[in-house]
Amino acid sequence: MKPLVEIKNLKKYFTVPNGYLHAVDNLSFSIPEGETLGIVGESGCGKSTLGRVILRLHEPTSGQIVYDGMDITTFNDEEMRKMRKHMQIIFQDPYASLNPRFTVSQIIEEPLKLHKIYSNDKERKKRVEDLMEYVGLSKRAYNLYPHEFDGGRRQRVVIARALSVNPKFIVCDEPVSALDVSVQAQILNLMIELQEKLGLTYIFISHDLSVVKHISTNIGVMYLGQMIEKAPKNEMFKKPLHPYTIALLSAIPSINIREKKKKIILKGEIGSPINPKAGCRFSLRCPFAVEQCVSCDPELIEVEKNHFVSCFRYKEVIDGTLKYETK
Amino acid sequence: MENTKILEINNLHVQYITEEETVNAVNGVSLSICKGESLGLVGETGAGKTTTALSIMQLVPYPPGIITDGEIIFEGKDLIFNTERENQEMRGNGISMIFQDPMTSLNPIMTIGEQLLEVVLTHKKVTREEGKRQVIELLKTVGVKEDRYNDYPHQFSGGMKQRVVITMALLCNPKLLIADEPTTALDVTIQAQVLDIISDLQVKFNMSMILITHDLGVVAETCDKVAIMYAGEIIEAGTVEDVYTVAKHPYTRGLFESIPKLDDKNEKLVPISGSTPNAVDLPSGCYFHPRCKYKQEICERESPTLKGEGHQYKCHFSLFEKEELG
Repeated sequence: MKPLVEIKNLKKYFTVPNGYLHAVDNLSFSIPEGETLGIVGESGCGKSTLGRVILRLHEPTSGQIVYDGMDITTFNDEEMRKMRKHMQIIFQDPYASLNPRFTVSQIIEEPLKLHKIYSNDKERKKRVEDLMEYVGLSKRAYNLYPHEFDGGRRQRVVIARALSVNPKFIVCDEPVSALDVSVQAQILNLMIELQEKLGLTYIFISHDLSVVKHISTNIGVMYLGQMIEKAPKNEMFKKPLHPYTIALLSAIPSINIREKKKKIILKGEIGSPINPKAGCRFSLRCPFAVEQCVSCDPELIEVEKNHFVSCFRYKEVIDGTLKYETK
Repeated sequence: MENTKILEINNLHVQYITEEETVNAVNGVSLSICKGESLGLVGETGAGKTTTALSIMQLVPYPPGIITDGEIIFEGKDLIFNTERENQEMRGNGISMIFQDPMTSLNPIMTIGEQLLEVVLTHKKVTREEGKRQVIELLKTVGVKEDRYNDYPHQFSGGMKQRVVITMALLCNPKLLIADEPTTALDVTIQAQVLDIISDLQVKFNMSMILITHDLGVVAETCDKVAIMYAGEIIEAGTVEDVYTVAKHPYTRGLFESIPKLDDKNEKLVPISGSTPNAVDLPSGCYFHPRCKYKQEICERESPTLKGEGHQYKCHFSLFEKEELG
């Protein structure tokens, strides 16, 4: 499959009083059409910024964003506005991303009006009704306001709005994090169904690894603005290579009481992304850090087919000579 | 584990009454916890978990909240009839609570040392020096270095703040610790650190613990027993082993089926249809019947009673009957 979205050396630095905050630091990856790239990482690792920069909701500091063969970083405002039909975003909090003064139908038809997709009201109304049916909202909801819905139904409205302009690519920024598990499953199933039906390409950002695992084709792990490992999902869970990924996966609380996992408890906390020092960002917490890790930057390299890792000592992880002590 | 009951709640009802409406937050909760035991209280938003905890602490905000029925017996004494003075004595010494958001449970204009010392001096008859020594010792146990004693809360990260809050809760050696979503605001690697500390201290001080969470995984790794709440009721309770192996209530089963698994199978999720009922206007009969796929005529009419010994569940039908009905 040819890549629909390709990111090359993308950087986003924010200016803060004492220097630069490296929110996204030199990321390169591509997403084939129809696939989902899951992005996981802890708070402050730059995953949300990445999602926004890809849509140019934040201007990138440098680097390229290639969508369907076109470098959109060179686009002017007018060109970018036309582009937005193809690329949409779903935000985390369905309580904050819907205008409380608009009815559900007004919310869903807004993008159709902005992009002047239908010339007559009747067709547009039909499209809104179809969209509502698509995402599982009853006809009764047409003239209701967002406050009359619970979180799950609100998120359905958000999804219908994102789909209204027939996008090919959707950035999903923690779309189910605000929902209870029983409702979360409804929304996840809906998103997978829609992807199959419409051939959508997703970037799925979440801190919940089991959710990401469920929906993604490939998973990328971010740490302080950098991607430190990327692999097909099953591969990632079976054979994580980066010491951070290994610790992260072991820390997921499991409901399987038959297999008690050995947990790796990392010391320390995620560092600061402001003016980071040279060397591997994880070296401060990494029990295996050696001289080289502190002085040189490791690069993200493909060590097996589709499995990328950024660690100097990955070979020792592969042959099993480097192991965490577990309790 | 000793088998003396440290806390027993019988038929607890809590309502929030305003002029417009009455919210039925807790509708007949009964549970008990023995010395040294840990109980996971699981449920979705609005299930009544936090209200149950606040009732135990005698902190239900009145008005509008009021305990309308039931008893909360802690060490043989019904807390509901306590005077405010007795309650203050009980909080901290007897029962302590850790709240979800560490940012809001610390005073931003006091150093953490002062705040912690205040707790010791209020509850124990010790000198300032002795109090400070105790604070620093416990801070070290949870992994906060001594030189941070004079720092303010905003100088700590979320995980570190939660350690300070844990220290505060444990300073007076409570017999029962209530932890209300202690790790929900934290990242997964930090969550592992904090849960590890809580479990260690629970064993070390032989405390009983009620862990409130919506995360079934956290309960599986930290608790001995589990109680599942739905619409202000406990609908299933038992040992973690029993409930996680064979869930008997359709809601519990639904919860397990809606969680994405970490194995390779990538099975389709089976969500529970609909959403949690509005506590102002609860359904007739079994509160879960509008969402239940095994629903029968009796479920709309009659509220089921809690069945079973040890492993209890609140449903008209046993698991085998459900399979046939389904």
